[in-house]
Amino acid sequence: MYSKGLKPLAAASAVLLVTAFALVFFYAPNDADQGFVQKIFYVHVPMAIVALCGFVAGGIMAIRHLRSGDPAWDMRSYVAIHMSIILGLGVLITGAIWARASWGHWWVWDEPVLVSFLVVFLLYCVYYPLRFSIDDPERQARYSSVFAITAGAFVPLNFVAVRLAEAYTHPRVLSQTGGSLPGEMRLTFLVSLAAMACLFVTLWKLELTAKHASAELKRLRRRLAERQPAAVA
Amino acid sequence: MIRTAGTILRKDLRLELRTKESVPAMTLFTLTVYVLFHFGLDRDSLDGDLASGVLWVTLLLASVIGVSRLYAAEREQGGVDALLLAPVDRTALFLAKAAGLLLFLVAVEIVAVPAFAILLLGPGLGGALPELLAILMLGNLGVAAVGALVGALAAESRARELTAPLLLLPLLVPLLISCAQATEPLFRQEQGPEDLGRWLGLLTLYDVVFVLLSVAVFDYLLED
Repeated sequence: MYSKGLKPLAAASAVLLVTAFALVFFYAPNDADQGFVQKIFYVHVPMAIVALCGFVAGGIMAIRHLRSGDPAWDMRSYVAIHMSIILGLGVLITGAIWARASWGHWWVWDEPVLVSFLVVFLLYCVYYPLRFSIDDPERQARYSSVFAITAGAFVPLNFVAVRLAEAYTHPRVLSQTGGSLPGEMRLTFLVSLAAMACLFVTLWKLELTAKHASAELKRLRRRLAERQPAAVA
Repeated sequence: MIRTAGTILRKDLRLELRTKESVPAMTLFTLTVYVLFHFGLDRDSLDGDLASGVLWVTLLLASVIGVSRLYAAEREQGGVDALLLAPVDRTALFLAKAAGLLLFLVAVEIVAVPAFAILLLGPGLGGALPELLAILMLGNLGVAAVGALVGALAAESRARELTAPLLLLPLLVPLLISCAQATEPLFRQEQGPEDLGRWLGLLTLYDVVFVLLSVAVFDYLLED
C-alpha cells in the first residue's frame, strides 16, 4: 500500500538531482570570495533544511499518532526521524568540510547554525536507544511519539537560543534562505532544495514500503506456521 | 488535581526526608565537581563567563542525578499502576514530580551556591544576589519541567540510567545558554553592561514552552 507512486517519485528525484548537479557545476557562477569550494553550499544547506523539516514533520506525525492511536503514524514518524538523522550526519560532515575550506578550521563554535544543528543532532541520536529499549510495541510507539513531539518543539527553540548567544558578535550578512543570492545561484539553490526534498520523500516512502513488506512477511510466516507446524519446523 | 498533586508531593518529600537519597547525593556531587573544576582548570578563583559556566554546568549535572531517581519509587513499587486505578487526573503526577524536583534543586542550591562563592568565585556575591536568585528560580523551573518529563520517558526504557542524561542534557542546552549568559555579568570583577532582560525573557519562553508541552504529552506516558 505504501509502494503506490514510488516509481514516479524515484524518477522525479533522479531527474531533479541530475539537474541540480548539472546546474551546480555548469550554470552557477563560482563565488567571487570563496571560489569553487562554495559549491558545497548547494548540498549542505538544502540537506540541513530538509533534515530540520524532517524532524519537525516527525513531530507532527507523532501528534497524529497520539491523537488517532494508529501505529502507522508512529512508523511514519520513526522513518522520517531516521532519514533526517542520516541527512543530519551528512550536514555535519559537509559543514565541517566547508568550514575547513573557507575558515580554515574543521569546526567553528561561533557559527550558530552549525552549533544548533549539532545539539539537535545529539538529541535525536537518543531516539534509537530510547525506542529500542522499550519492548512492548504499543508502549514503544507512544513513548517514541512523546519524544518526537518534545524534540520537534525543541528544534526552533534551540535555534533561537543559540542564535541569540552569538547575535552580538556575529551579525549574519547573507541569510541562509537564499534571499540575498544573485539570480543564477538562487535558481541553482532552489533546484537543489527541491531535489533534496524529493529525495527525502522518496527514501521515506521506500523505507516505509520495506518496513511494511517485512512486517507483512512476518505475519504471513506466522500464519503459515500456525496452519502446518510440522512443515515449517 | 492540585490536591492530588499535593498528596503525591507530600509523599515524595516524606520519602526523601526518611531515605535521604537524592538531595544529599546531589549536593555532595556539586561539591565534588567544584573540586574537579579547580584541578581541571588549575585556577584558585574564577570570575566572569568561566565562573557562570562552571556554576551552571555543575548544577545541571547534579540535576541529572535527581532526574534519574525521580520515578524510582513509582517504578519499583508499582505506584503508577495504583495511580492509574485511582480516579484522578494523571497530570497530577507530573505536577507533583516537577514540584518535587524543583524543591530538591532549591535545597541543593542553598548549599551549592554559597559553597561556590566560598570555594571558587573571585568577586563577592553580595550585590548581585537578587538577580542571581531570579535566574536560579527560572532555571530551576525549566529543569523541573523538562526533568519530570524526561524522567518519565526514560523510566520505561531498559537502560534508563543511560537514557535519562542523554535525553536531558541536549534539551537543557538553551536553558544553559540563557542562564550562563545572564549570570556572567553578575560574576565579573568590574560591573559591565548587562542585558539581563533578554536572557530572562528567553528563559521564561523556555519555561513556558516546556511546562505546556510536558503537561500536554505527559498523559500519554501513563496510558495502559
